[in-house]
Amino acid sequence: MSQIAHIAHGLAEATPPGVARRVRGLSDQAIAWLFITPTILLLLAINIFPLIWTIRLSFTNYRANRPNAVIRDVGIDNYASILGNADIWAAMQSTAHFVFWTIALQTAIGFGLAYLLDRKFRGHAFWTTVILIPMMLSPAVVGNFWRFLYQPQIGLFNYLVSFFSGIPPSSFEMTGSVVLAPWSIVIVDTWMWTPYVMLICLAGLRSIPAYIYEAAEVDRASKWRQFWSITLPMALPFIMLAVLFRGIENFKMFDMVNLLTGGGPGSTTEVASITLKREAFEKWRTGYSSAFAIILFVTVFGLANIYVKALNRVKQR
Amino acid sequence: MRGYLTTAHSIVEPSPAAKRVAAGLVIFYAAVTMIPLFWIFITGLKTPPDSISYPPKIVFEPSLEGYCNLFTTRTRQTKEYIAQLPAPANVCDEITRSRDMVIAGPSNYMPRFVNSLVIAFGSTFCAVFLGVLAAYGFSRFRVPLKDDLLFFILSTRMMPPIAVAIPIYLMYRSLGLSDTALGMILLYTAVNVSLAVWLLKGFIDEIPREYEEAAMVDGYTRLQAFRKVVLPQAATGIAATAIFCLIFAWNEYAFAVLLTSGEAQTAPPFIPTIIGEGGMDWPAVGGGTTLFLIPILVFTILLRKHLLRGITFGAVRK
Repeated sequence: MSQIAHIAHGLAEATPPGVARRVRGLSDQAIAWLFITPTILLLLAINIFPLIWTIRLSFTNYRANRPNAVIRDVGIDNYASILGNADIWAAMQSTAHFVFWTIALQTAIGFGLAYLLDRKFRGHAFWTTVILIPMMLSPAVVGNFWRFLYQPQIGLFNYLVSFFSGIPPSSFEMTGSVVLAPWSIVIVDTWMWTPYVMLICLAGLRSIPAYIYEAAEVDRASKWRQFWSITLPMALPFIMLAVLFRGIENFKMFDMVNLLTGGGPGSTTEVASITLKREAFEKWRTGYSSAFAIILFVTVFGLANIYVKALNRVKQR
Repeated sequence: MRGYLTTAHSIVEPSPAAKRVAAGLVIFYAAVTMIPLFWIFITGLKTPPDSISYPPKIVFEPSLEGYCNLFTTRTRQTKEYIAQLPAPANVCDEITRSRDMVIAGPSNYMPRFVNSLVIAFGSTFCAVFLGVLAAYGFSRFRVPLKDDLLFFILSTRMMPPIAVAIPIYLMYRSLGLSDTALGMILLYTAVNVSLAVWLLKGFIDEIPREYEEAAMVDGYTRLQAFRKVVLPQAATGIAATAIFCLIFAWNEYAFAVLLTSGEAQTAPPFIPTIIGEGGMDWPAVGGGTTLFLIPILVFTILLRKHLLRGITFGAVRK
């Protein structure tokens, strides 16, 4: 046995016996690192390095449109002024309104649809695919088109609402009114993402074995009782998973809202990402917006942690 | 043979009436949810006056004007000038002239569409390539801090895109990567690789280790076993993962609108800027949107069995 093969053999012993059965060429451990390192390096370069840069910038008054100006350290001033800024809190409130109502509607409708599809009527697989289509489309391109549907004079949405309710179509403006604009983005998001919740709920319902219902029938439990004590509790981890995914995604929401309302009228639909874009790429307050980005990131990271814990719980079932 | 409890006479099988009600409600929802997509499609086939008529027209004479306007730029001319031009070369010429305009040249839609294709396929290839390697590494070997590394890979996906865009914008500006296809491919690869690793790890976990071990007993090296045994077994998973990456890159807007403006601009930031004389040219927007959405429709149908896995990062497998 040559010297190199000997070393390779020594390295391979570090891996579990089943894996290290044969050592030729590269050791398993070397292959493992060779395979994983490129991905880690790419993520370090494109995600972690910029993140560190953002943290650094968040303590300065740097402005990206004045690269030659003197950069001054401002300590935690940026963070302090964000947390004391009423506009930022208004944006957080818009985000909370958006996240709460989209999740509530999507969960209710999505679970309802999943329950209906689980009746397994003829053609249910086909209709599942049809219903799924909106969530696969580009939110930006779709958001742009909903702007047309929402036009007060010519838009299809106003026409249909007035057709069924008798309210004159030009008497309300979905994206132009302070009261209705927050709901206009909720409607589009619900249209797009209800299928997402539906699909996950459907998996939850399908995971409930039939014998549990059979036992309940034998015990003469009513359908109502079966729903509350079997269906809902057993599908709950899946519903939670869907809610958490939608929560994180909608907290970051940018593209659809940017094209549909652009944050307006005024700042009524200005969700957090839109505020961030205005500060960073319109007002060019790079240092200030970096601090806001860090605050948002910490919030999402907290949600992500909860998500991974919930995910593991679902997997254990 | 199926047990009597799971046949059509099973006590837990929904009654025919319940099935009919369920089918009716689901089909009603599907029909309502398809209205906006149907409207996008038919708006692309209207003339601009038809597209903004009230009440909205469902019956109309189809026209190619939207698609002509989508692919061309036009300039207004006098009737006398148009009258002395040679006969129109094609249907678009004819339509344009009837509006007192002449075609001045191609629009930016085709180059933007091509940019979308190049960036989506380029980044998908890179993300799946890196993802397969990393997923195999995580699936088969003892890697120190494995769970932490996997969580780190996933967490990069949790960052709000605008928050990531601020330093990327500065970084690309100093590296000269702003508004380049290479810059966008790198960025989308980094975003997609997290999905690719998680999904592919799930698919590779499902391939029994015994296959490779048997191959290695037969004299294959680890790398040969990976190439000749694992990759073919994982082909379906790799294809599904690739389609998910492709859809993400195809649909992405936030990075594209902030980091590209001309040369490397993709279709999503471009489509909302299609403007005609005196406002949005809705038939052209409808046409551009339809052409942009069709590939996704095809992919959704191809992917339907793996959708659940893809949208939950492999957490739910059915």
